[in-house]
Amino acid sequence: MLPRVVIARAAGSLARATPVTMLTQQHTGALLLARTLASHAPTNLQEQRTLENKGFKIPYQTWEERDATQSVWDFSAKTFFMTELARGFFTVFMQYLREPYTLHYPNEKGPLSPRFRGEHALRRYPSGEERCIACKLCEAICPAQAITIEAEPREDDSRRTVRYDIDMTKCIYCGLCQEACPVDAIVEGPNFEYSTETREELLYNKEKLLANGDRWESEIAQNLRSEQMYR
Amino acid sequence: MAFRNLLGAVTSRPALMKLTNSGGVAFRAFGTSVSRRSTSSSSSSEAENMYNRDSAETLFRPESTMTVPPGWATPMSISPDKWPGPQNTSSLEVKTQLKPYTINFGPQHPAAHGVLRLILELSGEAIVHADPHIGLLHRGTEKLMEYRTYLQALPYMDRLDYCSMMTNEEVYSMAVEKLLNIDVPLRAKYIRVLFAEITRVLNHCMAIGTHVMDVGGLTPFLYLFEERERLMEFYERVCGARMHSAYVRPGGVAQDIPRGLLQDIYDWAVQYPDRLDEVEEMVTSNRIWLARTVDVGTISSQEALDWGITGPMLRSTGIRYDIRKSAPYEVYDRMEFDVPIGTKGDVFDRYLIRMEEMRQSVRIIKQCLDQMPEGPHKVDDWKVAPPPRDAMKQNMEALIHHFKLFSEGYNVPAGETYTAIEAPKGEMGIFMVADGSTRPYKCHIRAPGYYHLGAINAFMKNALLADVVAVIGTMDLVFGEVDR
Repeated sequence: MLPRVVIARAAGSLARATPVTMLTQQHTGALLLARTLASHAPTNLQEQRTLENKGFKIPYQTWEERDATQSVWDFSAKTFFMTELARGFFTVFMQYLREPYTLHYPNEKGPLSPRFRGEHALRRYPSGEERCIACKLCEAICPAQAITIEAEPREDDSRRTVRYDIDMTKCIYCGLCQEACPVDAIVEGPNFEYSTETREELLYNKEKLLANGDRWESEIAQNLRSEQMYR
Repeated sequence: MAFRNLLGAVTSRPALMKLTNSGGVAFRAFGTSVSRRSTSSSSSSEAENMYNRDSAETLFRPESTMTVPPGWATPMSISPDKWPGPQNTSSLEVKTQLKPYTINFGPQHPAAHGVLRLILELSGEAIVHADPHIGLLHRGTEKLMEYRTYLQALPYMDRLDYCSMMTNEEVYSMAVEKLLNIDVPLRAKYIRVLFAEITRVLNHCMAIGTHVMDVGGLTPFLYLFEERERLMEFYERVCGARMHSAYVRPGGVAQDIPRGLLQDIYDWAVQYPDRLDEVEEMVTSNRIWLARTVDVGTISSQEALDWGITGPMLRSTGIRYDIRKSAPYEVYDRMEFDVPIGTKGDVFDRYLIRMEEMRQSVRIIKQCLDQMPEGPHKVDDWKVAPPPRDAMKQNMEALIHHFKLFSEGYNVPAGETYTAIEAPKGEMGIFMVADGSTRPYKCHIRAPGYYHLGAINAFMKNALLADVVAVIGTMDLVFGEVDR
């Protein structure tokens, strides 16, 4: 089977023969050649157009001019043999020979970047202590006001949340909460497969978010490590 | 048999007469709004002029002299109580009078590109008047932004024109920067231009793919959406989201470009013109496509200017207006590229212009990749851009700035600006009034699609019902920005 590059080149060179691609910058050489070989010399109008349009580009030929230069035989042959349709079909056939682009989704998945902003998670320190210190920066920055936090001093006098709710139906996944978080507690992890059957299941509370953090900790930590140069 | 025919035909008369009677009023009131259409009829009344163009068809003769042949039963003789009077005409003699037929195009129509609702007045198959009804996707973005800090308002911009996200953010960021009177680093400008052009390709892929699909060709849609998928991957790698990026921020961009991304963008840019060639091979000279687009939806340059049309829609009429050239922003003055101009202002011209703009965008992308400078990606001013995280964790001053930025935001000096860029769809502008607080006092968004849709009736000259789809496709409407 022909390698993909060869096929692509063939398709590309075919397309270059079409009149419209002569508008492009890449084919200036072909355009000049065509102009010198063409029986009709470029009129003053055309020269004038190219001069007065610095940076702007009017087509080399208007469609009337193009039709005027087309001979009856060219036109008739194209019309009756349906050459342009045949060339279109050929392009489609060439596509058929290529490997398909399709991913069989549940079994195959596309790559995700470390910056991907998916489902939220609350992380813990390696000691098991939760990171969130209830500074409420995420609550303040959230444009959709999806985060609700309540905090009280704990028995050991450390400041922690007693309530951390995210309304995932409100969230717009802008990532401002994880940017605001000074201790990397709230993050948007790599998980995007968390659809639910009821709306209530999308109202996340602290337990759910911490459970997410425990579940995705290795991936999240790896992503944060790989991103530390950029943050 | 003949009797049944006669009866059936004649009993339909009252309904017909009622139609024509009530039609007269609506039709006269309506005639004023469409009288700008020139007709060749020489009738005295302007209103009747419209619909009496075909006089043979619209002749209504209730006093027709045709009589029932002797010996035949008439409806009158069968049931005189149900019939108002002697009927001596056959329905064959009575010519119907055509009047505009009003249909709803959308909001559920698959070619309506979202939630467009068009009220179409049809005369037969010809469009007499097209009236867009908008507001089905109105979210009150402009008002919401008045209650958000400048950083919080940024994600709203993604959701305006959700096919060209980063250009929306770019114009917003440029407006805020102008009010703040700051200049962003060169690298940030290059990144912005790079992604603005990627966005342009992204948008035109969508525009042309769906346009061709509306008109009947599914294949280019699939090819172009494959390319869109790759571009969205670039989006995702640089900012973490495939569409709603929240990447271009006032003061620069959110994060620097990850390692290896520029190389991948280059690999994509090298092969992309070939993909465009394939699409052009299938579409550009295809006779079906030509029949559906050439000389359809034409608009004159003066009309286009009058309606405030910008972008490829304006350039198709031959007007040289592109903000990247006319008033260069960011680093477009350093880029070498051409802007295609149309000659006829029809749907086909706009298709060609969008194709060519994609090729020119690839040129700009390659130049950006070549010239991408080193340096910071956002301003080194912690009053505007958050400090880097290691500074925030070790430096008390940085931590204070971090907390101030994310809780209160930054104050923007009082002033007002109109900042516009060349978004893929046209001139995208922001008129912003700042009152010195951390929130915009007013933020008006000049979305190009709104003005294009407003002019839809001007595109419907001599249009048939099937041309509506082609015209909507060529307008490249996205209702996020039309309804805002």
